[in-house]
Amino acid sequence: MKLTKLSPKILTLLALALLVIIAPMFFPSSFYYRIGALIFINGLAVIGLVILVGYAGQISLGHAGFVGIGAYSCALAPEHLGISPVLAVFLGAFLSGLLAWLVGRPILRLRGHYLAVATLGFGILIYMVLSNEAQWTGGPDGMAVQATGLKALLKSMGFKVSASEMWYWIAAVVMMIGALIALNLHTSPTGRALRSLHDSEVAAGTVGVNVANYKLSAFVISAIYTSVSGSELALMNRFISPDVAGFLHSVELLTMTVLGGAATVFGAVIGAAILTSLPQVLTVLHDFEHIVLGLIMMLVMIFMREGLVPSLAKILRRRPK
Amino acid sequence: MTRFNHLKTTALAIALAGSAAIAVPAHADIKIGSSLAITGPASFLGDPEAKTLKMLVNELNANGGINGEKIDLIMYDDAADPNQARTFATRLVEDDEVVAVIGGTSTGATMAMIPVFEEAKVPFISLAGAVVIIDPVKKWVFKTPHTDLMACGKIFEDIKARGLSKVGLISGTGGFGKSMHEQCLSVAGKYGIDIVADETYGPKDADMTPQLTKIAGAAGLQAVVNPGFGQGPAIVTRNFKQLNIKVPLYQSHGVASKSFIDLAGDAAEGVRLPASALLVADMLDDSDPQKAVVVGYRDAYVAETGQPVSTFGGHAYDAFHILVNAIKSAGSNNPAAIRDAIENTKGFIGTAGEVNMSATDHLGLDLNAFKMLEIRDGDWTIVK
Repeated sequence: MKLTKLSPKILTLLALALLVIIAPMFFPSSFYYRIGALIFINGLAVIGLVILVGYAGQISLGHAGFVGIGAYSCALAPEHLGISPVLAVFLGAFLSGLLAWLVGRPILRLRGHYLAVATLGFGILIYMVLSNEAQWTGGPDGMAVQATGLKALLKSMGFKVSASEMWYWIAAVVMMIGALIALNLHTSPTGRALRSLHDSEVAAGTVGVNVANYKLSAFVISAIYTSVSGSELALMNRFISPDVAGFLHSVELLTMTVLGGAATVFGAVIGAAILTSLPQVLTVLHDFEHIVLGLIMMLVMIFMREGLVPSLAKILRRRPK
Repeated sequence: MTRFNHLKTTALAIALAGSAAIAVPAHADIKIGSSLAITGPASFLGDPEAKTLKMLVNELNANGGINGEKIDLIMYDDAADPNQARTFATRLVEDDEVVAVIGGTSTGATMAMIPVFEEAKVPFISLAGAVVIIDPVKKWVFKTPHTDLMACGKIFEDIKARGLSKVGLISGTGGFGKSMHEQCLSVAGKYGIDIVADETYGPKDADMTPQLTKIAGAAGLQAVVNPGFGQGPAIVTRNFKQLNIKVPLYQSHGVASKSFIDLAGDAAEGVRLPASALLVADMLDDSDPQKAVVVGYRDAYVAETGQPVSTFGGHAYDAFHILVNAIKSAGSNNPAAIRDAIENTKGFIGTAGEVNMSATDHLGLDLNAFKMLEIRDGDWTIVK
């Protein structure tokens, strides 16, 4: 098998598909399906951040805000507008995209630390709205989310699956679609323009790239990705609280992005997989959880500066067979 | 788990190797699960709960367990994050296969876990405060702490007994303050209480003088109630004294700890609040049936951990004993039988009071469970 002859895009998709299909064979109980589903949901959000951080070279410390918008759309729209929870996913994505477009125009003029602080403020604002408007959102204690009815539908068709299994496959398919779009974007003219921003905004501007527009589109696309992941989380948990929109969640998503390798889709999924499953593995060494997490981050930052996946790929490539 | 038995046989060896780090301990014991906020923002609640559970399990196992079977306590730390709590709930049910669960330190974590236990039909005793957990009644869900609704009731009853009725509210905007604020508004009418002012403050505010000034100006004000948690109420108490407002001030059970008196200093003099008997263990009458229970728990906890006892650990104490009694009287480890036995809990004396559960009441406490305390000379006294 000469895998190297395949394009990186096909290779990534194949690897992800294999992972998704093979993993359940090793699951001793359906609890592992839930971990898998959480990995794919986080993975989707992180792929969105790869487009913003890895491709376009911008930073956001407020993306959990979009997770919150997506999640609360699925909680609130069915209750107050009477639309189905599945449609609410699209409503949430639209709202997030719109908000990102409105907010992105002014704040994407900023760079570096200033952009980080502006997005941080944006995320915290959304968190505050969600936790303070208790008559709508149930406040800090959160609110219940209506069932999608998907499980009942499957049951009526003769498939009896647990909720965790169902969400494993749904989250996997949605993440694969997200990965496909992100990979296509990478090699498209838009993707090349975005990556030119990453290297040098001035140079990109000089050769005719509309810097402000491309930055904005990367911001909007990543907002939609994160929003959909938030919707999935709300529908799967059937309960949501403002914590998902909190600052810590933003940092967590960004950490996953950087850990796996900010510029690659496969790295995004690996980063999400490691940071989502690690707390479960480390319950036996509970007291050392944060130390181990910190140690992993430090080692990756020192020895694999591009993130896990790109660094490992480089090492493998350097070695003759 | 029959649905993927065919996969299981082929992949068992590899699966076990792969999950070695997450492997569960040996079987044959009674497995009880727990997910608490041992770290994170609610750790001051979750930490004493976790220590209490560990202490009680060790004690019970040293004495031979339940009907000769040892208790195996599987405990996770959800850091009060609902999403993590949900994951641990799934893990307890699907992977660890526990027969009952104690936990959910915060209301958010509890509410996130409830659907899992309802679906899996596993009895669940929550340690969180809000009334939504048991109202409406959910078949598999119970709780031990007093609700904020009862705290409001107790306060209003006391205000009424003093012949007062016009009350000003100043509430924190955190989860606790917000929930209790709503409950107080909802029961005010029932006790003939008139809310004449209604102000709020943020959890990190350092000065509540403006809100209190406004409340003090309300026509006919006769008492002030402060639903809140953490430092806020101590600041309210200090500002209240500085402004020299001459009506009684009521705090909530949320600040029923010695650190509140330390923070508020002299200003705490004369403040009243509802609290569990645990706080005033030594002051209870010898005839009080709770005395032996609360003194016994307090002494054991202090001896074990070297830390002062808190009402939150008391909630875990009550939950554990209700569960153990239920397993004993059910005579089996079947979750459904345990659930029925919990629902039939009658006359159990815990740290929170006398518990009498029924099909329509999964808390089982009444207003007598609260003692109304007044702070005098920097210490608690029971208002008779």
